[in-house]
Amino acid sequence: MAVERPLPTPVTSTGDQTRIHNIGYRSYDGPRLGRAYARRSLYSQSLRGAYGLGRSAKSKVLPMLLFVVMCVPAAIMVAVAVATKAKDLPVDYTRYAIIMQAVISLYVASQAPQAVSRDLRFKTVPLYFSRPIETADYVRAKYAALASALFILTAAPLLVLYVGALLAKLDFADQTKGFAEGLVSVALLSLLFAGIGLVIAAVTPRRGFGIAAVIAVLVISYGAVSTLQAIADVQDSSGAIPWIGLFSPITLIDGVQSAFLGATSAAPGGVAPGTGAGIVHVLVVAGLVAAAYGLLLRRYRKVGL
Amino acid sequence: MARVTTVEDVTVIATESLSKRFPRVTALDRLSVDIGAGVTGLVGANGAGKSTLIKILLGLSPATEGRAEVLGHDVATEGAAIRERVGYMPEHDCLPPDVSATEFVVHMARMSGLPPTAARERTADTLRHVGLYEERYRPIGGYSTGMKQRVKLAQALVHDPQLVFLDEPTNGLDPVGRDEMLGLIRRVHSDFGISVLVTSHLLGELERTCDHVVVIDGGKLLRSSSTTDFTQTTTTLAVEVTDSDEHPDGTRAVRDALHARGVPTEDGTGLPGAGHVLLLTAQGEETYDLVRDVIADLGLGLVRMEQRRHHISEVFRNGEQHGDERDGQRKEAVGHGG
Repeated sequence: MAVERPLPTPVTSTGDQTRIHNIGYRSYDGPRLGRAYARRSLYSQSLRGAYGLGRSAKSKVLPMLLFVVMCVPAAIMVAVAVATKAKDLPVDYTRYAIIMQAVISLYVASQAPQAVSRDLRFKTVPLYFSRPIETADYVRAKYAALASALFILTAAPLLVLYVGALLAKLDFADQTKGFAEGLVSVALLSLLFAGIGLVIAAVTPRRGFGIAAVIAVLVISYGAVSTLQAIADVQDSSGAIPWIGLFSPITLIDGVQSAFLGATSAAPGGVAPGTGAGIVHVLVVAGLVAAAYGLLLRRYRKVGL
Repeated sequence: MARVTTVEDVTVIATESLSKRFPRVTALDRLSVDIGAGVTGLVGANGAGKSTLIKILLGLSPATEGRAEVLGHDVATEGAAIRERVGYMPEHDCLPPDVSATEFVVHMARMSGLPPTAARERTADTLRHVGLYEERYRPIGGYSTGMKQRVKLAQALVHDPQLVFLDEPTNGLDPVGRDEMLGLIRRVHSDFGISVLVTSHLLGELERTCDHVVVIDGGKLLRSSSTTDFTQTTTTLAVEVTDSDEHPDGTRAVRDALHARGVPTEDGTGLPGAGHVLLLTAQGEETYDLVRDVIADLGLGLVRMEQRRHHISEVFRNGEQHGDERDGQRKEAVGHGG
């Protein structure tokens, strides 16, 4: 503790003033919780940030709005199912995210740059790396945070559907299985989309570029793939459809879930990949996620100080 | 608290023929220096290797050869342990504009491992110590440069490090802000007990603040010495007075009066306002009183009476045999080579 020693010639006129402001420095002897704690703190701060929590009111608008837009159709479907005493939900759990992919893409495009471009743009990154955490901690925390945010966005409407289905007294076992399959599918989707979004956003410190680039990659790849699939369908070469689907994130997820998670494929002609093609789909998803993580690590190793 | 706050032979930083070579540039060239507790200035022109040295000392960039220790930890193997007990204030802007200083510093405190409650308490304390009060709840985007520098300093101090690296903390500040920042840096050591390594390309401002100055140029150690060694051996007073009708040459009148009392003076040749400045050696408190009384008796106005330390730059210039420069002329930048 710094002890205030009287000056040799005390300046009496300013004495009171200094006393008000200078309570003295207190040193810190409490615990220092280290890297794992810092990583968790960064994760929760980034996850909250992905929904605008702890940020300005303006930055809450878009993520919250997209969240509502994701959930409202599910709520309407449930209401209809309950009112009409339908025997099944109008949409499969696994199909919901495919239908709502535009909203999901928009969310990734807006929040991935928020998660990483800000730190690059305002050069906050060196402040992180001058602390105990390392590149891998930063990347993992950011990746996990965006993937979790996406999972919340995509799993919440499934939960609405599931609760609604139970209220409508649909078959419990059937619904639970569908719900579980849906959750696995959106978990994969969250990991994949978060990875792609972060890699693109981490390249540029400009948020606008980041948003545009993420949208472009997601929309163009889907547009190209579905066009080619439609052509393949018309030309009776439907065997090629699942393989074409490897080249866009959402059709990739569609392939995985129609091969292994009991989903009907949303691809033209409803052609689902066989087990072999399905395994390739899973491997590509895993490869993309690993590549995204690796690229992020490389990117931040360079940013350093 | 038992913490060493005096400048003694406690080594906080030690480097041993530390070199850093990039493909085209040698940033550090066999630098060997021991730095003790206290405020140490690291002076060098832009590109002299100051920032490279800090990066190596933080354990973020491996040295090409040689070794370095910070707080007794090897930089090559114990970077995380060093970064837990060291603070860093970068040269460039590093603050997001859309959050408040409080939120930002709390977050940074947690990144240093402080539990949530401690992070909030330490943030409030630290921001107060660096002189941010009500404005700390407003978004940083609206701050002046001086306030931003204070936030940057606060985030480096919030986890109560044993040592802080301050990279060009006075950059972009006006003279008043510069003085305030330097005063604050002084207090970081004297009041908080935290050792400081502060870089600058201006020698003049470091001599007032530092206990010790290390000068590097082109990655090589030019000089490492204690400022007290050579700037406080003699206290020279510079006195400047007004003229009056009674004494048309006030300076001469004061000189004569002082000589009459046995105080030798010199003309401040080479100083700004030469001919109107008297230099004399202060023996102690009495000299100040004597000068004041003499001037008051003559009925003259005192324009200034200030301690004129020998400038470090003079010493370095002598060391480099640049004897042609006139003594006392202010030359603050040391970038002869760069």
